Amino acid sequence: METETGSAAMGSAVTSGPATGGGSVLVDYDDALARYEPVLGLETHVELGTRSKMFCSCATAFGAEPNTQVCPVCLALPGSLPVVNGTAVESAVRLGLALNCSIASWCRFARKNYFYPDMPKNYQISQYDEPLCTNGHLDVTVDTPEGPREFRIEIERVHMEEDTGKTSHVGGATGRIHGAEYSIVDYNRAGIPLLEIVTKPIEHTGDLAPLVARAYVSELRDLVRALGISDVRMEEGSLRCDVNVSLMPRGGTEWGIRSETKNVNSLRSVERAVRYEIQRHAGVLDAGGRVVQETRHFQEHSGSTVSGRSKEEAQDYRYFPDPDLVPVAPSAEWVEELRAALPELPAAKRRRVKAEWGLSDEELRDLVNADAIDLVAATVEAGAPSGDARKWWLNELSRRATENEVELAALPITPAQVARVIALVAEGALTNKLARQVVEGVLAGEGDPDQVVEARGLAVVSDDSALGTAVDEAIAANPDVAEKIRGGKVAAAGALVGAVMKATRGQADAGRARQLILERLGAGG
Amino acid sequence: MLSGDLIRLTAAELGAAIRDGETSAVEATQSYLDRVAAVDGDIHAFLHVDADAALEQARAVDARRAEGAELGPLAGVPIAHKDVFTTRDMPTTAASRILEGWRPPYDATVTERLRAAGLVILGKTNMDEFAMGSSTENSAFGPTANPWDVSRIPGGSSGGSSAAVAAFEAPLATGTDTGGSIRQPAAVCGLVGAKPTYGGSSRYGLIAFASSLDTPGPFARNVLDAALLHEAFSGHDPRDSTSIDAPVPPVVEAARRGDVDGLRVGIVREFAGEGYQTGVLQRFTEAVEVLESLGAKVVEVSCPSFRSALAAYYLIAPSECSSNLARFDAMRYGLRSGDDGTRSAEEVMALTRAEGFGPEVKRRIILGTYALSSGYYDAYYGSAQQVRTLIKRDFDAAFEHVDVLVSPTTPTTAFPLGERVDDPMAMYLADLCTIPANLAGNAALSVPCGLAPEDGLPVGLQIMAPVLADDRTYRVGAALETALRDRWGGDLLARSPYAV
Ligand SMILES: [Zn+2]
Repeated sequence: METETGSAAMGSAVTSGPATGGGSVLVDYDDALARYEPVLGLETHVELGTRSKMFCSCATAFGAEPNTQVCPVCLALPGSLPVVNGTAVESAVRLGLALNCSIASWCRFARKNYFYPDMPKNYQISQYDEPLCTNGHLDVTVDTPEGPREFRIEIERVHMEEDTGKTSHVGGATGRIHGAEYSIVDYNRAGIPLLEIVTKPIEHTGDLAPLVARAYVSELRDLVRALGISDVRMEEGSLRCDVNVSLMPRGGTEWGIRSETKNVNSLRSVERAVRYEIQRHAGVLDAGGRVVQETRHFQEHSGSTVSGRSKEEAQDYRYFPDPDLVPVAPSAEWVEELRAALPELPAAKRRRVKAEWGLSDEELRDLVNADAIDLVAATVEAGAPSGDARKWWLNELSRRATENEVELAALPITPAQVARVIALVAEGALTNKLARQVVEGVLAGEGDPDQVVEARGLAVVSDDSALGTAVDEAIAANPDVAEKIRGGKVAAAGALVGAVMKATRGQADAGRARQLILERLGAGG
Repeated sequence: MLSGDLIRLTAAELGAAIRDGETSAVEATQSYLDRVAAVDGDIHAFLHVDADAALEQARAVDARRAEGAELGPLAGVPIAHKDVFTTRDMPTTAASRILEGWRPPYDATVTERLRAAGLVILGKTNMDEFAMGSSTENSAFGPTANPWDVSRIPGGSSGGSSAAVAAFEAPLATGTDTGGSIRQPAAVCGLVGAKPTYGGSSRYGLIAFASSLDTPGPFARNVLDAALLHEAFSGHDPRDSTSIDAPVPPVVEAARRGDVDGLRVGIVREFAGEGYQTGVLQRFTEAVEVLESLGAKVVEVSCPSFRSALAAYYLIAPSECSSNLARFDAMRYGLRSGDDGTRSAEEVMALTRAEGFGPEVKRRIILGTYALSSGYYDAYYGSAQQVRTLIKRDFDAAFEHVDVLVSPTTPTTAFPLGERVDDPMAMYLADLCTIPANLAGNAALSVPCGLAPEDGLPVGLQIMAPVLADDRTYRVGAALETALRDRWGGDLLARSPYAV
């Protein structure tokens, strides 16, 4: 795969591919669906979480200083040779098995030849006509007003390949190649193992197409995470999606011409890209035009796609089997061993937690939509009751994630820390309000919940002597109210509790304060 | 010992003299450096000589001996190293402008193993650019002369290595053999040269021409020296996926044994007739008679697919090279042309490749790019791979009846410099007999079998054996060498104008 098209500049006079984006006529989504049936295809690249690269022993850690994780092999120095990373092959087989694929007993790597500065060898080692895994499927569920609907997504193939380096364009307004002064390349990413998962054409999804696409990528991501073969940080580009869309007139039998939108990097963007392309294609077709078979780029800010390179200028990649590598030949025994050792997969896990936690369809759906099952499960494993764990992740933490525009799992708090907060509340050491402040502290990087409690002085004031003093002061300061309570108007105690809470800056246990007030004023309770 | 005496010794003898303290590694190295200084102006075998580095390596060997360390058979023996292997301490160019002055940050596995064996690297030898050629005339840094006749080619692509050994500038040299690039120069320079089984010697750090064919191998003035060098750098290397994980065949033992009694020798019928020089066929036939007189059973064998070998080779090798050489793009190392701040990366790449590659390299890149193109792949690359399978089958069938196959190494003796530079097809024919062993991955060796009567130039006999049966080629080579030496009354090389 390529990460970018167009030419990288060394000097300032830069040429670039066409970038016509404006001028697309969009048809109303429902109108488009009334006349056309979309056909989708998804190609997903997953960066594997192996410690070393696909064909050399360089580290793969994200965010290292540019060009510090490189060696003669991944820089393609003359004479260097690739050696296949066995863990990457194992990861590919495991994903293939989890996707119900057949695993090839013999397959080869191929060279995909094209020149691009961020690809050191000027060919990418990939797989071509002999992929490792073929013919699988993944079931996904989409919520509709009529209830959940299941779709079976057929998987064409899963194959192994290596990532390219990363080009940055310096100077110019947009950070894109057009108008840049010069370009620099970081080869740390070059050679990081990738799996490419390709679906067969996805038909008969109708107006649910964008949701099906999203559900598929989401399910695939969960599967990859469950297998532990990648941490799938979409914001770091470790899962990237190419979205193919074509339209066929309703009742027709012949598929339309497809566009391929490259590098769509979030679940929401996948959904938006499909929706946008459906509306755009419909606009072209309604006007009696022909959809151009081309590569397009998704624009995160506008939710639209712009034209990249058209297939007419497409390259001939001159694939041929890589003579530097020997065939990959997974033995049947090994494959069966890997199959037997697969962990619980997301679908099975959903069924299990629904039963174990006694969830309704809606409650499960909320957890799935919030992408919180694994987080809640881990919190439960750390000792929290499932109800509390769900409440924290779905309410307070989801809100924080939305505010910060990150995925729930990317919040800097661990399930164990959440479980500890829940335990502190259960022990009465924190009120819910204080607990939220503790969580805020953890998210701000102030340490574990206990450290935050200590540092911020957030422990509940339930020590009777301190609280007693506050209560006495409140009674003394509000003689009228005290009189009413003595007279039996217990409901007036709220005002004194309020005064106590104010005096203790909210750290008092309100229930205990009320109890003390009533005791002091002889009003029972 | 006198300098002339030292460089006349075989590598095995020199190694023994160093171990026994009769001479030192420094003395041996200095003798060869003096010889290089004296004759390389005529021969131009070397692209780079580093006297200081060589003497330093030699001193290290002498120091180890002084400490009482056990030295290997070739410790302290100088060697000329083909400029296609990366060397940490010397430039590595593959005789191309595009890599002029490049200093690799790492040693090839072969380089590492030479050092580990205590061999003293004198310098880097000339070659056809990226090992593409049969005459060393495709070097970007000028041709090399054949010490037998300096107006003639030393063979190629490893012509700098063959000329260095033939001119007594080194007792040993490394080479690489993709279609005959060791055996053909060995033959036309009157040397022993071996192409080990593919995967028997590591390609890591060998600048690739055609990955499925490239094989490092030794040059020497006699069979035993070649075997010692073969053993020194061969064997499994985890950094080369195509390296075979098996013990090195017992080539040294075979070279010492050197008998052919009862051995079945097959003559490849297809390697004779039109295009073969009379004197070459004559010496070849005589050599076969010698083998027969030593007790070998000689039979004629047909390998019909060998006729298609040259055509298949000139599709497979260029296809692989078109991809292998894509990395020379001015981005990370080597030449960069036209980077004046106004041009795009593509333009700089194109200008650099236009300026940095020579005509033969460009010819093969274009051939290979075409052969791999969509729509042509099946007809060209695909069919060539099928021919390759047929050639393997021919070898397999032949080796059911015979232990080794023999043929002339080259159809002619060394041709004059300049004669074939404008006729690529004529140049390609120099590898007619050697290419099948590359396509099948077999072991093969060339050993001198005399001088052609009409031009007085060396003729080589090629011995081919099955995969990992390299030892058989050394056994036959050593037997023939001993018998012919008796007949000649000494080494063939003693008759060369550059003999010492
Ligand atoms: Zn590396």
